[in-house]
Amino acid sequence: MLILAIYISIFLLAYFIYQTVARHRHAKQDYNQRKTVTFGDESAVSPNRAASVISIMTLFLIWGAFTGSKFSPVHVPGPFIGDTSFSYTAINAQHQTDHASVYIRVFPIGEKTGKPPVSTRDQTGFANDDVLHVAAWRSKLIRVQKNDTGGKEKTYRVVRINGQTITPQQSVIVANGVVSMTKKGSLSFTPDKGWQMEPIWLPPPEAVLSRLIEIARDGYQNVTLLENVGWSLLRVIVGFLLGSLVGIPLGYAMGLNNWFRGWFDPIVEFMRPIPPLALIPLVIIWFGIWETGKISLLFLAALWIMTIAARAGVSGINIAKVHAAYSLGASKRQLLTHVIIPNSLPEIFTGARVAMGVCWGTVVAAELVAAEKGAGKMIIAASKFQQTDVVIMGIILIGLIGYGIDILMRKAENTLVPWKGKA
Amino acid sequence: MTFKLPDGNDVDALKNVSIDLRKGELLSILGPSGCGKSTLLNIVAGFLTPTDGQVMLNGHQVTGPGAERGMVFQQGALFEWMNVRKNIGFGPAMQGMAETQIRPRVDALLETVGLNGFANKAVYELSGGMQQRVALARCLANDPDVILMDEPLGALDALTREKMQSLILKLWKETGKTIILITHSVEEALLLGERLLVMAPRPGHIHREYQLPFADMAVDTDLRNIKKHPDFNQRREEILSMIWEMEEDIMGMKA
Repeated sequence: MLILAIYISIFLLAYFIYQTVARHRHAKQDYNQRKTVTFGDESAVSPNRAASVISIMTLFLIWGAFTGSKFSPVHVPGPFIGDTSFSYTAINAQHQTDHASVYIRVFPIGEKTGKPPVSTRDQTGFANDDVLHVAAWRSKLIRVQKNDTGGKEKTYRVVRINGQTITPQQSVIVANGVVSMTKKGSLSFTPDKGWQMEPIWLPPPEAVLSRLIEIARDGYQNVTLLENVGWSLLRVIVGFLLGSLVGIPLGYAMGLNNWFRGWFDPIVEFMRPIPPLALIPLVIIWFGIWETGKISLLFLAALWIMTIAARAGVSGINIAKVHAAYSLGASKRQLLTHVIIPNSLPEIFTGARVAMGVCWGTVVAAELVAAEKGAGKMIIAASKFQQTDVVIMGIILIGLIGYGIDILMRKAENTLVPWKGKA
Repeated sequence: MTFKLPDGNDVDALKNVSIDLRKGELLSILGPSGCGKSTLLNIVAGFLTPTDGQVMLNGHQVTGPGAERGMVFQQGALFEWMNVRKNIGFGPAMQGMAETQIRPRVDALLETVGLNGFANKAVYELSGGMQQRVALARCLANDPDVILMDEPLGALDALTREKMQSLILKLWKETGKTIILITHSVEEALLLGERLLVMAPRPGHIHREYQLPFADMAVDTDLRNIKKHPDFNQRREEILSMIWEMEEDIMGMKA
């Protein structure tokens, strides 16, 4: 909730600052500037690139601020690290009271340091000082009675913390933390957690970056990053190509022939709404968990999309083009190669873009289930060891590659079918 | 010739339509929507088979589309994946003519339709009028015996339309082609048709036939002079009221 509130405030603040700055700067004179009606005019709305940049920076800023990143200039309060202490008051079996102190050292996770120095022992009563060593974000039981004289007596109990009364299942706020008492009367100390995330939940950006560099150099579990990503990409490309190789001719046949259309319509319409992920269990039973299974899955994922795209490409042709070609003396074969196929290319490219996206998502999911190499395998293996930095790095990488594939497909579309949408 | 719609409709799309076409004639066909003029053209082109009767050309029966009958459509019939040159050369290329022979023929046609310098442009970069010039050139490239025009200027604005009307007349005179032109514009039908057929609906049949002097008159002069001609105006009024009557009949039947 807090993070959402911060995010919305940055969004609004950046907007107002940008508006103020833009008003004072001499505005670029273009046609849209002359329009009085822009709200509702789709053509007048274009992405504000400053907003895009600020948006990405904001994401990293919030990420950095809540993980104590070196990259972020501001941080929310982190967990307490350092030495602190509190005192407790106990009653022994003889109804005598005495108090002693607990000295605590809170160390950052993964950097175990020595025990805190203990001041001169309080030897005046039955209670003795204690020492506690706890990691940030963790809590720990303190058996204060252990070294107290008569601490094992049944009627021995702790009654006050820093002078405040405490009973079982109650807590007392002390300096840099909270002391709570369990049902049975033992004390436990929880140091202040602050607002920052524990690295095991969300590591700071630099940890992800350094992990990326490390894995790119040394690999992860004896598999290089290039191999992991390369295998995923290879599976996608092979599956997509096989799916297109079967799907496109099938789609053409369905668009050109009654018998094909009738025969395959029920199959295609039935298979289309089944998400490829739902086929994973069956594919594993039939083809096993290795390459055959994954390629078959991706083949099925691409097949129906490409079939439908090719069918739509054939059906979408303006009949005037077909009539024109025939009355110019084209044969059926010439009509197919010179008119129907080129005319269907825009639809096929749209289908290919969708299919590549679906295949990329499916391959990662399939690798999560079982794989030796692959981007999905890397993150599922890392999650088993709670290596959140590897998991996040993998997710970012998967996102970037998916985005890259789409950009490449769009570039190919623009060069290969420049007439798309202009007919 | 008769064409019945196969959906059990008792109104025939065409009934007892018979036309003799002289070589080199420019025939325009006019009629309200639903009079079967497009059906008639599709039958002549070979895209439809008549229920009764036949189409004869050069002593043989028409059974399907063919290169001897070229067609110009209203719009959307150009191939966007080919440039202007490829579009115009499509027919000869399909016949297996060599590229070296196609090239000069396309160049000559580009000159004829006034598209010099546009050979390598993509067709979607051209205006509607220029696209129809390409369509005309593409049709002529095949050297057909008959050119069938299905409202070729229907999608153009009034100014472009007038220019294109002159172009069609010029091409007709220069090439001596036999042309059947379908239109819903009375003015266009009068201007371009040497002979004019007015068709009526329910069932589609030929209502009146006119022999017109305007196409010949217009070949060497400005089309606007013809439009000012008293005979032209009289004919136009006559045909317009005829078509209005038909439209009113249709409306009456629907109500």
